[in-house]
Amino acid sequence: MRRFLSLALAFALVAGPAAAVNPDEQLPDPALEARAHKLSKELRCVVCQNQSIDDSDAALARDLRIILRERISAGDTDAQAVDYLVARYGSFVQLKPPMRLDTLALWFGPLAVLLVGGIGAVVYMRGRSPAKAGALTAEEEAELAEMLDSDEVR
Amino acid sequence: MLAEVGQFALILALLLSLVQAVAPLWGAQRGDGVLMAVGRHAALLQAIFVALAFGCLAWSYVTCDFSVALVAQHSHTTQPVAYRFAATWGSHEGSMLLWVLILAIYGGGVAAFGGTLRETLQARVLGVQGVLAAAFLGFLLFTSNPFLRLSPAPVEGTELNPLLQDPGLVFHPPLLYLGYVGFSVAFCFAVAALIEGRVDAAWARWVRPWVLAAWIPLTAGITLGSAWAYYELGWGGWWFWDPVENASLMPWLLGTALLHSALVLERRGALASWTILLAILTFSLSLVGTFLVRSGILTSVHAFAVDPKRGVYILGILAATTGLSLALYGWRAPGLRSGALFQPLSREGGITLNNLFLTALTATVFLGTFSPVFIEMVNNDKISVGPPYYARTFAPLAIPLLALVVFGPMLNWKRDEARKILARVRLPAIAAGLALLVALPFVGLKGVGTAGGLALAAWLIAGSVMILGRRWWSGRAYLGRAIRTTPRSIVGLVVAHAGLGLLTLGITGVTAWDSDKVLNMKVGDSVAFAGRTVTMTGYELVEGVNYQAKQARFSIKGPTGAYELRSEKRWFPSAQSQTTEAGIRVGPLGNLYVSVGEESEAGVIVRMWNHPLIIWIWIGGFAMSIGGAISLSDRRVRVGAAVKTQPLAQPVAAE
Repeated sequence: MRRFLSLALAFALVAGPAAAVNPDEQLPDPALEARAHKLSKELRCVVCQNQSIDDSDAALARDLRIILRERISAGDTDAQAVDYLVARYGSFVQLKPPMRLDTLALWFGPLAVLLVGGIGAVVYMRGRSPAKAGALTAEEEAELAEMLDSDEVR
Repeated sequence: MLAEVGQFALILALLLSLVQAVAPLWGAQRGDGVLMAVGRHAALLQAIFVALAFGCLAWSYVTCDFSVALVAQHSHTTQPVAYRFAATWGSHEGSMLLWVLILAIYGGGVAAFGGTLRETLQARVLGVQGVLAAAFLGFLLFTSNPFLRLSPAPVEGTELNPLLQDPGLVFHPPLLYLGYVGFSVAFCFAVAALIEGRVDAAWARWVRPWVLAAWIPLTAGITLGSAWAYYELGWGGWWFWDPVENASLMPWLLGTALLHSALVLERRGALASWTILLAILTFSLSLVGTFLVRSGILTSVHAFAVDPKRGVYILGILAATTGLSLALYGWRAPGLRSGALFQPLSREGGITLNNLFLTALTATVFLGTFSPVFIEMVNNDKISVGPPYYARTFAPLAIPLLALVVFGPMLNWKRDEARKILARVRLPAIAAGLALLVALPFVGLKGVGTAGGLALAAWLIAGSVMILGRRWWSGRAYLGRAIRTTPRSIVGLVVAHAGLGLLTLGITGVTAWDSDKVLNMKVGDSVAFAGRTVTMTGYELVEGVNYQAKQARFSIKGPTGAYELRSEKRWFPSAQSQTTEAGIRVGPLGNLYVSVGEESEAGVIVRMWNHPLIIWIWIGGFAMSIGGAISLSDRRVRVGAAVKTQPLAQPVAAE
């Protein structure tokens, strides 16, 4: 039974009613609100399964949205506002992972795969290329010329 | 009674799968025809018994037999009968039974329709298939038995999660499983070929339809899942880069690569060893998908039925299949015969490039999905990988691949000339240029990306449709005949590649121009939104079959005329949970999406979104799937034919 309760709870958290920003949270200045709206799409609701604070209905997401708007109203730049939240909730709160030593593979892995694979493909195709396989060495050319010149061929 | 029949059927199926795992492999090794025949019969019987077990469970659901624990947990007498039936695979145990059923059906298919295969190859494929079936039947019986009884039986069951009571549930999981499990056939063929030490065009001719048969439902399933999330979750997203979505995307990307590389192997005998590796990895990633959902190692919207014991078992299956098959690959692959030669600038070269990009894309999704787990293990620090990451890594790799798609079918096999290729793509290039010129004045310099996206879509659509156009134009004297004799595989290719163009169109539109608004509304209030006037005309309680809803009605006046939308918040008393049914006006130019939230003293919270062109995302996805189906309908005729088949898409020589 406990398992089902926890499942139900999980669903309640995940599948709560619809999206989240309430009208009373919005900033009066449309330019600031637009910035906050954009930023909140890149911040994670840290108690939810996999939602941005913009989508989430959880109480914590609401708190984060309000803090974010406070910082922006106080004149923070986008980076400062995000840093403020990261300082309190860790890099988990950022949907864009930080660039660090341990995330190098994450950020540059795709490029590395493309490069390594590309080199592999070039090597493979060189081996496959009829131009390469069919080309004669200087020695073979000489041998061929000799054959052509010889009486047997004539 | 029925549950016990199902239970025994499953046990018999497990025993049969063990026979199937041993007899044909041994028979093939010794050249014993009888043992090999045993494998075929075991596979067919196993399929019958698993189907029987599945039927028993489904019937228990439909008839509300709450003495079966699983039924009591996921069904309710007030639940509509279609969802009582679909609830069969709405739980962990039931969905694993569906998985095993599909595995058994594919195995039976190889046994029934594989008569033209080399006998030893068929026997080995069935043998490997038997090992997989035994592993999963064991998993089902030992960790997730669907037929456990409850005593005393409850009078009423617990309702299936209302979110799952949707046509989406009826089709989404079976389609995905048809895809995941379908790749097991390619995997079995790959391992069997490694055991035999022989990979040739005949092998590829056999594998390609099976890969296609898996790819078609997987494509449809992913598309359907995206549409389902869009209308059901209530906040209008179509892709969330959620771990479980990623889990289905990875086999799709690699399966797409496999589909293309098998083509090279079939036509030209090249890329043999790489195709085998792709077949192994694609199925491994399908298993990873299962593992992700079942183990709860990643937090996700889909992480139901989380249980570490099951996770460990599936991880074991995953490690054993991947590890053993890769070891076999390392041992046997170097001895595989390499095929015909080709120049870099050729159809073969183009498909190699396609494979390179698709592999890099798969790696991106893999890194994005698993890095958080890995970093948390190593550094004990939690990071999140969300949409901003994929926008910076996935998109830059996907865009050049999309641009290259048009070239592929225009390339000649073996060798080609750059000058001639450029002449062939003149038409799509003009289409793309026009799209750019028309779009730029509207979007301005800031919207160069948007204009580029539209141009890319035009390039893809024109470049695909042109293949048919050229063909029919050159045969215009006998147009009817030219149309009738067009191989279906070419039509399929055109539809699928044009589908990519539609997908690009949809993604570009909704990414560039979507907008939203949140406000409190009362009946009679009006608001201007995205060129429309939205008026709330009513707000009342309505009764559904197994729910009560607060329904808001809106009348909308916009450029496309006036219409009404209804948006509901549903409360399911027996499940004690609520869902949102958004009101959505679907149109080719864009969707209007309205959902209602909590009530407050200022009225009720109304959220509205404008999603331009979003419908083309799903039309594009389904077009790809339909293209695959058209292609498969062609191939089925030719499979097993001894005669050498015609090249797939012979480009018309440039004048």
